[in-house]
Amino acid sequence: MLAYTARRVGVSLVQLLGLSFLSFMLIHFVPGNPIATMLGPRATVQEVARISASLGLNKPLPEQYWLFLGHLLSGHFGQSITFSQSISSLIGQRLVPSLALIGYGTLVALVIGVPLAIVSALRADTSVDHGIRIFTTVSFAMPIFWSGLILGIVFGLKLGWLPVSGYGTGFWGIVRSLTLPAVALGLSLLAVIVRTLRSSIRHVMALEFVEAVRARGFTTSRVFVSHVFKNAIMPTVTVLAVNVGFLIGGTVVLEQVFQIPGLGTLLFQAVEQRDYPLVETLTVLAGSVVVLLNLSTDILQAVVDPRVRPGAHSV
Amino acid sequence: MALLTVAGLRIAFSHRGGSTEVVRGVEFAVEPGETVGLVGESGSGKSLACRSIIRLMPAHATMTASKVEFDGRDVLAMSAKELRDHRAHSVGMIFQDPYSCFDPTMRIGEQVAETLRVNAGLEGDAAKARALELLESVDIASPEQRFRAYPHELSGGMRQRVMIAIAISASPKLLIADEPTTALDVTTQAQILGLIEQRRRESGMAVLLVSHDFGVIAQACDRVVVMYGGYVVEAGPVAEVCARPQHPYTRGLLSSIPSLESAGRRVRRAGIPGQPPNPADLVAGCPFADRCAQVRPACRELHVALEGVGDGHVTACPYVRDGVPVTNAGGSR
Repeated sequence: MLAYTARRVGVSLVQLLGLSFLSFMLIHFVPGNPIATMLGPRATVQEVARISASLGLNKPLPEQYWLFLGHLLSGHFGQSITFSQSISSLIGQRLVPSLALIGYGTLVALVIGVPLAIVSALRADTSVDHGIRIFTTVSFAMPIFWSGLILGIVFGLKLGWLPVSGYGTGFWGIVRSLTLPAVALGLSLLAVIVRTLRSSIRHVMALEFVEAVRARGFTTSRVFVSHVFKNAIMPTVTVLAVNVGFLIGGTVVLEQVFQIPGLGTLLFQAVEQRDYPLVETLTVLAGSVVVLLNLSTDILQAVVDPRVRPGAHSV
Repeated sequence: MALLTVAGLRIAFSHRGGSTEVVRGVEFAVEPGETVGLVGESGSGKSLACRSIIRLMPAHATMTASKVEFDGRDVLAMSAKELRDHRAHSVGMIFQDPYSCFDPTMRIGEQVAETLRVNAGLEGDAAKARALELLESVDIASPEQRFRAYPHELSGGMRQRVMIAIAISASPKLLIADEPTTALDVTTQAQILGLIEQRRRESGMAVLLVSHDFGVIAQACDRVVVMYGGYVVEAGPVAEVCARPQHPYTRGLLSSIPSLESAGRRVRRAGIPGQPPNPADLVAGCPFADRCAQVRPACRELHVALEGVGDGHVTACPYVRDGVPVTNAGGSR
């Protein structure tokens, strides 16, 4: 178990290094640069050179990358170019709304998705199952900004139940202001949860051990809860972890649509301004979340399913 | 009175465009304390037939029967709750593949203890203590240690022992053993059969042993029921059926058992030509007609029915004495 964990952690470190390299290179290859954005087209060569030197942008790329890595590891991430603030304090201000949105969206997806998946699996190939499939496919096919707008128009503007923009104060204020974007986010994730869980429930139900526990006279609900569901949930957790990257992308869009002052909005502004260190840091951090979640899912999987553990073989 | 009587049992799988009958009017009985073998090739319907006793049907399969009576109770009329009690206390079942018959995410001992908690109402330590006793009673060495093992950490033979421990935990009156030794190597096979036999003698339960291997049946059973293509084609005391097989299929099965006398002589066993029938292709007549060496035109219209040839020995072939000369002590019908 220890060796397995160590190996998985090692793999994750390599992934993180690759991630930092890619996000660094990508933003540097995007046309435009922060100085041109700041100074406008009339800037003189001397001004550009001065600012470039003060920001360290005249150094060779490998050296800039090396400095960037140093900033990442030190944990305070350096200065933002356009916000004239340290990146860590910027992130500190914007982190909570984004985390809350992702958490709320995942919760919505699970609360709707798990029961739908169970019904779908137990009533496979009936009209109920087909209905659920159509619903989740449609919700999956809707672009996230579009479903966000529709929800805003219907429940915000027409019915007036929930705010359509901004970020409330207090717990319930935040919940109210995040409900519509969270539902939009949850709907986009629904299909993945329902399909994965439905098929793994069906797969597990067809396994021989389920017949064996039924033969012991257990109730259907005991067979389902203590044996089938436990064996079927793990692939869904894995898929969820993989989809966190997709969720982060979704929040960038939804924060724009609903005017939420989160990391997504910050990233959007940073890219517009070509704020190199801010874009790089945000990208690496978002990617790290995905990598770390996948790491913890793999370890969790080894805890839940003993067969995944290495060295666990027949005596 | 028989412990178990099954009659007129039919099982069909429904699918798009209709249904296919895979068990076509089967009857058999089990007396208290005896071991009955259910033998046939894969697809003969034997595994489904034995599941009818606890109404354990796979999805899309429906069973009907004129009678499934266990210990004086009508299994067909049982409510969901009565059926659970019936499965929990009256009938134990073990399966072919001990590799896949355990919840892979649960410790072995926990699976035994769970059964005791749910079915015997034992709690906490009492369930664990009884589980350890049960593991010991099926000859599992160092049960404390095995209790904490996961299914994949045990050998096939050991898993089958645990399976038996669970199946007999409620002292059932009948143990259904569906191909219990097929996935095991030969020496383990003998040990498992020995264990079942020993438990049977000690507790007085009856055993329904399902196997494709006539050798296993001949060695372990008092009576045998031979199934083919969803029908019972022959049944009777094991010694009698082995000595005077009446149905051409039974004769084929018996002649395909290899014997040690033929060792080194490279004798090709006669066996049975052709493949077991696809249930969907069977229409009317004797199901064995296509593979039978003594087939005659009338076989294609035959109404399959068992007829006695004496001594509790029955066969579905009306032409037994015409094909191969058979000395039949049972005589007249």
